[in-house]
Amino acid sequence: MKVKLRIKRFERGKDREPYWAEYEVEAEPTDRLLDALHAVKWYQDGTLAFRRSCAHGVCGSDAMLINGVNRLACKVLLKDLGQRITVEPMRGFAVIKDLVVEFDRFMEKYRLVEPYLKAGSEPPAKERLQTPEERERFDDTTKCILCGACTTSCPSFWSNPDYLGPAAIVQAHRFLFDSRDEATAERLVVLGARDGVWRCRTIYNCTDACPRGIEVTRAIGEVKKALLLGKR
Amino acid sequence: MEAVYHRYDAVIVGGGGAGLMAAVNLAGQEVAVLSKLYPVRSHTGTAQGGIGAALGNVEEDHWEWHMFDTVKGSDYLADQDATEILAREAVETVYELEHWGLPFSRTPDGKIAQRRFGGHTREFGKAPVHRSCYAADRTGHMILQTLYQQCIKNRVKFFDEYLVLDLLLEGQRTAGVVALSIADGQLHVFHAKAVLLATGGCGRIYQITSNAHALTGDGMALALRAGVPLEDMEFFQFHPTGIYKLGILITEGARGEGGKLFNGRGERFMERYAPTLLDLAPRDIISRAIYRELRQGHGVEGKWYVHLDLRHLGREVIETKLPDITDFVRTYLGIDPITEPIPVQPTAHYAMGGVPTDVSGRVVVDEKNTVLPGLYAAGECACVSVHGANRLGTNSLVDILVFGRRAGRDMGRYVGEAELPPLPAQPEERARALLARLREGPNGDGRAESVAALRDELQREMMDKASVFRTGESLAEVREQVRALQERYQQVRVQDRGWVFNTDLVEAVELGFLLDVAEVTVEAALARQESRGAHYREDFPQRDDVKWLKHSLGRRTASGALELSYKPVTITRFQPQERKY
Ligand SMILES: Cc1cc2nc3c(=O)[nH]c(=O)nc-3n(C[C@H](O)[C@H](O)[C@H](O)COP(=O)(O)OP(=O)(O)OC[C@H]3O[C@@H](n4cnc5c(N)ncnc54)[C@H](O)[C@@H]3O)c2cc1C
Ligand code: FES
Repeated sequence: MKVKLRIKRFERGKDREPYWAEYEVEAEPTDRLLDALHAVKWYQDGTLAFRRSCAHGVCGSDAMLINGVNRLACKVLLKDLGQRITVEPMRGFAVIKDLVVEFDRFMEKYRLVEPYLKAGSEPPAKERLQTPEERERFDDTTKCILCGACTTSCPSFWSNPDYLGPAAIVQAHRFLFDSRDEATAERLVVLGARDGVWRCRTIYNCTDACPRGIEVTRAIGEVKKALLLGKR
Repeated sequence: MEAVYHRYDAVIVGGGGAGLMAAVNLAGQEVAVLSKLYPVRSHTGTAQGGIGAALGNVEEDHWEWHMFDTVKGSDYLADQDATEILAREAVETVYELEHWGLPFSRTPDGKIAQRRFGGHTREFGKAPVHRSCYAADRTGHMILQTLYQQCIKNRVKFFDEYLVLDLLLEGQRTAGVVALSIADGQLHVFHAKAVLLATGGCGRIYQITSNAHALTGDGMALALRAGVPLEDMEFFQFHPTGIYKLGILITEGARGEGGKLFNGRGERFMERYAPTLLDLAPRDIISRAIYRELRQGHGVEGKWYVHLDLRHLGREVIETKLPDITDFVRTYLGIDPITEPIPVQPTAHYAMGGVPTDVSGRVVVDEKNTVLPGLYAAGECACVSVHGANRLGTNSLVDILVFGRRAGRDMGRYVGEAELPPLPAQPEERARALLARLREGPNGDGRAESVAALRDELQREMMDKASVFRTGESLAEVREQVRALQERYQQVRVQDRGWVFNTDLVEAVELGFLLDVAEVTVEAALARQESRGAHYREDFPQRDDVKWLKHSLGRRTASGALELSYKPVTITRFQPQERKY
């Protein structure tokens, strides 16, 4: 089948304003959008820029705005997108070139939640024990691939770029609810701060956007509840 | 543009499992990690099934059994001193990861869960054993994140989206690397006492592969260009179960949980090829069996695939133990593995060969294992060699961590003792010339070649002539083709002339790396007139220990030709035997 791609383009330092470019490619309905972008880049216009690596939805490189919603280009098939497809960079991050956005501030917020296990106690010679139920408690939030789809779909983040954003909260949730972690109080201070979880207005865009199917809004809700109770 | 200069004690090229593990072990030193991807995007994150270690959490197990399986799996080509280290240190490595917070799946009594995997057995081959420690089917994702988290905790310095273009040597010592900052096109010279190559695999030399687009053999090619040989490149693993046409991996863990393979006639064909281990035989054996079935016309509906059937496992097991692959199959094939079998075909997966090192990760450059001071390699781009002619599943994650750590520690020692060598004159010149050629093309108006066209041809021909089955004829043919592609590569010109996030240029550089790696792979495969592990020559179907129980070393000579030499295999505990499963 033939598909038309309308792609929003911009190059930092060169273009004043973004502009739209149109391409037509021949493709299979079961091809990924990433395949169509490659068809453009490899055989029509080598200047088109986007990130990608794994091509099957686990490395988090190619989140972008596809027909108005955040998706991974490698995890959506053309048959689900129609014959005219609009592709834009994620909203709320500065654009470097075309579909490539700046990730440095996003990663900074990730670092801010101190995303590592804090257990002061001496570990045993073998593993720390954890029951399957305790492990299940935070399973959902271990799936996060830091693609940015949730944070850049969040109206609260658009209006306040200092907001931690759903992705960083998901990562914090993963440690907060890990039975081995011993820093609950410290974590709650960061999460309860001015630009922490209370900026969330429970709009659910993040949950819809997550390519890993994480129930992001629910995780944020659990963090809010922990703050109210003062414990996890 | 002037290059920007940096000075560090140690530079790590690659932010996957091997690079990050080394970084954690160098924390506190002046160390920089350079990575062409954000580290969390590295391919380690796609590893699914697990990491092997004889913890004995589910049933009795011993590191000696793990070592034996690894040696036998390698078709006796692995160096047994290194394999012993792998199997012993795997255990403490897994506990260390757990202490760092890695969310392993758990047994009912709260220990790290373990599952079966191909070629891993109890009592030296009697029956499959539960040895693979896993976190659902996203073990690699959790390892990569845990290591990155430890790097954040230890304030490791990162240069993200920096593509390393050249390795700098001064005399016979390592002096640093030259890299391109992808975001703005700036060249950077990193002057350092020690450099670790941890750039991962090169699966993109083949058309059907489980490997990410970024796996283009960069570190291997950088070493080759600096005069270092590559070891055992003829051994490339094809994983039996890639999703039909796409190559996306379905973990061996699916068979570890009980999944079975069927041909188009509904036969459980592995009964004929590996009567004891069946669907859990090592990968080389199953991939060959599938190819044989397909060639005999026993594919499903006459097509080039067989079925992997998980249905009898039931929804609960499939969705909780294999959630990611279930999602892949639903997304990309539109079928549900709970109710339908999965179409699979062998997919290019893992390079057993690579940059030769000793057990401390130090790069060794000849038959006598002479060390090149300051140069290190670890992970899939290196060859210690623990995998020999065929790697067992779950052993790469062990390899990248055990030898990543050893390399990091030895680099720490080395930078404490060594002086900083001077930089070579005009250190960035070679890198600059490479970029200029790819951007401007050859002598002005000459007909320019396109990266995509050359890469397509390379991948197709390698798949056809240098994959699961090979012959002298097919290899001689593809050797000529790769040489011709190398010539045409000199005529490449990219379309994008900008400097800002120019991925056209990045891909052109990567194609150069792929061609170098493919060239050595084919040369070594053509020379090896026997069949061993993943290297199967239809014209020499037997293993030949008298002539070929040795590692190959492929080196680029000053004239540009490739030259092969060989070095002996280290054998300590297990004498070579016939390999049956
Ligand atoms: C789908 C899949 C599933 C797997 N499952 C398992 C499993 O269950 N168990 C197991 O043991 N093994 C598994 N493997 C194999 C294993 O995951 C890999 O061999 C291993 O993760 C490689 O790690 P690495 O650190 O060497 O390289 P990678 O993780 O690939 O990292 C390479 C790094 O180098 C960087 N880099 C590369 N070139 C350059 C350059 N020129 N300049 C700067 N940076 C550069 C990249 O950005 C990246 O950060 C699997 C492999 C695949 C493909
Ligand atoms: S390319 Fe890795 S998530 Fe899409």
